[in-house]
Amino acid sequence: MPVQFKKFKWKEALSELAIPFLAIVIALILGAVIIEVCGLDAGLAYKALLKGSVMSKQAIGETIVKATPLIFTALAYALAKRCGMVNLGAEGQLYMGGLIGGLVALYVPMPSFLHIPACIIAGFIGGGLWGMLAAGLKIKFGASEMITTIMLNYVANNIVNYMVQSVILEPGGALPQTAKVWSTAMLPKIVQGTRINLGFVFAIIGIIFYYLFLWKTKPGYETRVVGLNAEAARYAGFNGNKRSLMAMFLAGGMAGVAGIVEIIGIQIRMYPNFSPGYGFDGIAAALLGKGTPIGLALGSFLFGVLRAGAHQMSISAKVPVAIIYIIQATVILFVIGSNYIDRIRKKMQIKRKAKEDN
Amino acid sequence: MGAIASFINTDIRMMMPILIAAMGLVYAERSGILNIGAEGIMLIGAFVGYVTAIKTGSVWIGLLAAMASGILAGVLFAFMTITLMADQTVVGAAYNILGLGLSTTLNRIAFGVNSTADKVNSIGKVHIPGLSDIPYIGEMFFNYNIMIYVIIALLFVSHYVMFHTKLGLKVRAVGENPRACDTLGINVYRVRYGAVLYSTMMCGLAGAYLSTINLSRFNEDMVVGRGFIALSAVVFGRYSPLGVLIASLVFGGGQALEAKFAALNTPIPDQLLQMLPYVLTILALVVSAGKSGSPAAETIPYEKN
Amino acid sequence: MEYALQMKNICKYFSGVRANHNVNLDVKKGEVHALLGENGAGKSTLMNILYGLYTQTSGEIYFDGKLVNIDSPDKAIELGIGMVHQHFMLIPALTAIENVVLGMNDTKSPILDLDAAAKKFTELAKRYNMEIDPKAKVANMAVGQQQRLEILKALYRGANFFIFDEPTAVLTPQEVDELFIMFDQLTSEGKTIIFITHKLPEVMRACDRCTVLRLGEVTATVDVKDTTRQELATLMVGKPVDLSYDKAEIDPETQKVVLDVKGLKTVQKKEGMSLKGLDLQIKSGEIIGIAGVDGNGQNELVDCITGLMKADEGTVTINGEEITNAHPKKVLDAGVSHIPADRIARGIIMPMTLSENIYLMNTDDKSYKKGPFIDWRKIDKYAQDIISKYNVKTPSEQEYIQNLSGGNQQKVVLGRELERDPKLLIAMHPARGLDIGATYFVQSKIVEARDAGAAVLLVSTELEEIQALSDKIAVMYEGQVMGVVPADTPIHEISMMMAGIKYEDIDKEENK
Repeated sequence: MPVQFKKFKWKEALSELAIPFLAIVIALILGAVIIEVCGLDAGLAYKALLKGSVMSKQAIGETIVKATPLIFTALAYALAKRCGMVNLGAEGQLYMGGLIGGLVALYVPMPSFLHIPACIIAGFIGGGLWGMLAAGLKIKFGASEMITTIMLNYVANNIVNYMVQSVILEPGGALPQTAKVWSTAMLPKIVQGTRINLGFVFAIIGIIFYYLFLWKTKPGYETRVVGLNAEAARYAGFNGNKRSLMAMFLAGGMAGVAGIVEIIGIQIRMYPNFSPGYGFDGIAAALLGKGTPIGLALGSFLFGVLRAGAHQMSISAKVPVAIIYIIQATVILFVIGSNYIDRIRKKMQIKRKAKEDN
Repeated sequence: MGAIASFINTDIRMMMPILIAAMGLVYAERSGILNIGAEGIMLIGAFVGYVTAIKTGSVWIGLLAAMASGILAGVLFAFMTITLMADQTVVGAAYNILGLGLSTTLNRIAFGVNSTADKVNSIGKVHIPGLSDIPYIGEMFFNYNIMIYVIIALLFVSHYVMFHTKLGLKVRAVGENPRACDTLGINVYRVRYGAVLYSTMMCGLAGAYLSTINLSRFNEDMVVGRGFIALSAVVFGRYSPLGVLIASLVFGGGQALEAKFAALNTPIPDQLLQMLPYVLTILALVVSAGKSGSPAAETIPYEKN
Repeated sequence: MEYALQMKNICKYFSGVRANHNVNLDVKKGEVHALLGENGAGKSTLMNILYGLYTQTSGEIYFDGKLVNIDSPDKAIELGIGMVHQHFMLIPALTAIENVVLGMNDTKSPILDLDAAAKKFTELAKRYNMEIDPKAKVANMAVGQQQRLEILKALYRGANFFIFDEPTAVLTPQEVDELFIMFDQLTSEGKTIIFITHKLPEVMRACDRCTVLRLGEVTATVDVKDTTRQELATLMVGKPVDLSYDKAEIDPETQKVVLDVKGLKTVQKKEGMSLKGLDLQIKSGEIIGIAGVDGNGQNELVDCITGLMKADEGTVTINGEEITNAHPKKVLDAGVSHIPADRIARGIIMPMTLSENIYLMNTDDKSYKKGPFIDWRKIDKYAQDIISKYNVKTPSEQEYIQNLSGGNQQKVVLGRELERDPKLLIAMHPARGLDIGATYFVQSKIVEARDAGAAVLLVSTELEEIQALSDKIAVMYEGQVMGVVPADTPIHEISMMMAGIKYEDIDKEENK
């Protein structure tokens, strides 16, 4: 069950952290076993992982750079989930946000103080509408959003690839990529000697927005009611469809911002397949963080560490980057498994107690 | 006429991975378990099948190994969702990540990045004297490898089992009202475990079919949504094996169309053609969802008192 | 006398709660044995233990004189025990015959032979004067028919010991008669019946002996012919209870029509009953009790009034304002409070706190907002007020409502709805599943609302509750009102209306 809270309780939050922490340890051990079994050096691999992610200022910067899009895509999953929908489409929403925002960055010159917000808003709307499409299909036709969002991922990815390789291809360029975006649209770096840019600040704002919206505003409260008990929402006169559409718009918008921030903050131009799977990493981060603001931020940082370190790991220890997926999946499976084992254990305790009382 | 025959031939070959996965998943869904991790399990099956086929030189051993890997993956999935009553979509989502991670990592380690991977030997078509030589009809129906005939036969058997045997009745009942089944002495957990293991075994086989038979090699992330398309084939096929066959033909048709257009060198860009199967799947869901009456207890864990 | 069943010192605990404590039950062969007790007295728990659905914490069961260990329904079925559950254990998506043979291993073959089974089934049904199409889908069968199917399902499996869990709750008086005739037929064949109920007249009418349960313990086992209803009632509730309420006199001059329903019709849906031109009026300061067997359109009526379901014809007016097919929000704004029939499905959000549950109906109240944000402190304060005013037992307003007992959850709903000062209060089964204390509390609060001038629409299947609270009783049958009568109308007349006879036709019917 997702953690519900109205007020943030530090003690609860800390005890909630124990199991994910244990899960990470176990996942890393499992990862080490796989690495060793494959005849590679796990010690070397993990040293490289840390070196690439936390051992230097520049490495920490890379972790934050990788965590930034994950925060947005984690929010995309978590926001929809709070409204009772499973949004597996952050990847596609990210592509659409990147595309629409990217068009503004590429073709609409503006002064800098306007250009960046314009790109972000365009990215938000692009991703948001893409997300809302799945909600609309669900409401109108009952099509499961789990499947449609996945299908829309492939569609969005192909649209972007098509656009980048033909319509908005760099004029005269030999490579399949667009021209550089206007310099007025580029996100300024905020920490010297790293690639951390303004996008990270937007991500933090995103988390704050997520918390305030869901727990402090009326539409957010209604969203949660719809997610937890749709019939109760109907009974209280809430418009469930409106809430679903809005939740998916906001969720898709978050993922869309991930896309545009990646383009105007890091890549500076658009490439085909420009996301290395941030949409799916975000799902993992949200699941690990159980959809709480702090939890999904920590989850994003953890997977940011893995993403940032994985590159170093593959260079120094020849361990494929994809191993981080194994670690991610193991962490999630362990965390949700332990939740339920915990519940069953409590039930057994009650039973035993009852017997003793007798 | 020749174009139609060739289209149907391509359609049937293309649909096989979807069909194989969906005919397993239809049992799992009927028993009340939605496994959105099908995609990941197919990937694992695709890799295991390929590696085994390459190392042993036998596609058949590869297929068997992939089935075993599917069962293995299914044991943990069933334990998490049935025994621990964990959220099926969360476990499924984790499985997709796991499948991608395992297959890609092991592939890189086994074959490196840029190796020109070995091709699996083709299992060859069965030539049925007389039938295969009939113009058009022969190409449409009697020009396939042996697996296709086996799978289609199995499909009819599984349709019969679902609707005309005691076991099939149990599977259908457990997905509708597990509590009622419990009062009749049916072991709900056992039925669900069985259905899940069968479905993941078929997913493993489906993946291996894709890698060893359809493409003769393994590519990273090669399933590209077929697991999810199989899930929608179950919905589009109204939760019956025969319906799943029809749905798979439609979805396979989308892929066949994509392949045929690509071969024709039409001015339609590749990327847009590649969208076709996915758009088709969405359309199919739009037409069929809501009307098809999913099992009443689907995705709801059963807790015995 | 030979005992078919002896349960000795049965104890059962759930999460530390005592459901059964040292229960002894002896049932003679061939008798109808009543298991009498209030909601929550532990009757169903005891029978679920006998049927193998629960395992007792301690105690022994002797069946036909032999010690048995019934750890699964499988075992129970093997022993010849059949159970007709309160909520039928049928699968609506399957046909009658598929439900009957489900899980049976009577033939070695793995293939289903539905035709042979259907033939056997039809013969069996004929023997008991029942007619059920074996190929009919259960979803399309009437409730009474579904119950008969449940009985046949048990007979088909060779049951000779039957447990009926509150079978009459879903039946019309006529169908109840038929059920009791069936009891006679079964016992005349030497079969034994345990009949779970909380209705005294049924015990007096249909049973040989009666075991009374109260708060999980047996208070007595008596021969029905040696006892009286009063004695049974006392055994059941511990002390004579007087469930009558002092209602304020209301000057008819000051009463005005609050709810006016005219000619309400809905189309037949797959499930549920359609309304077939329903008229109903409720004045301020008046409780109208809707009596009737469950499933005769009560839910549809309430959903049409509250905007949760579309009406196809007719009008609904509240205080002169027409709200036919209005959005639920508009209906709430018109001063309607609604205590829903299914609290858990509709009335509360389990994984939310009390405060959050109370905010549910106050989201439009500007005073609970600070700028764009919700003023949770103010809502907490309001929740605390409701907690103390309605005696809700909870550590605080920050407790998740899922951790409260059913009675306390209902008090939260009641407080939330009544504190809105409704002009029309719709209360559906407000005391269902509550113990006596909570029942009394909830019911007196409803009377208070009436005294304060609210119009009250009370829906209940418990006639006693209806009679104790209502100013007038409206009886519903198949989507229509059979008549609106004074609260002290004799029970047999109400029963006739519940069976579909219009009030004005009752005399004719009686003179036949």
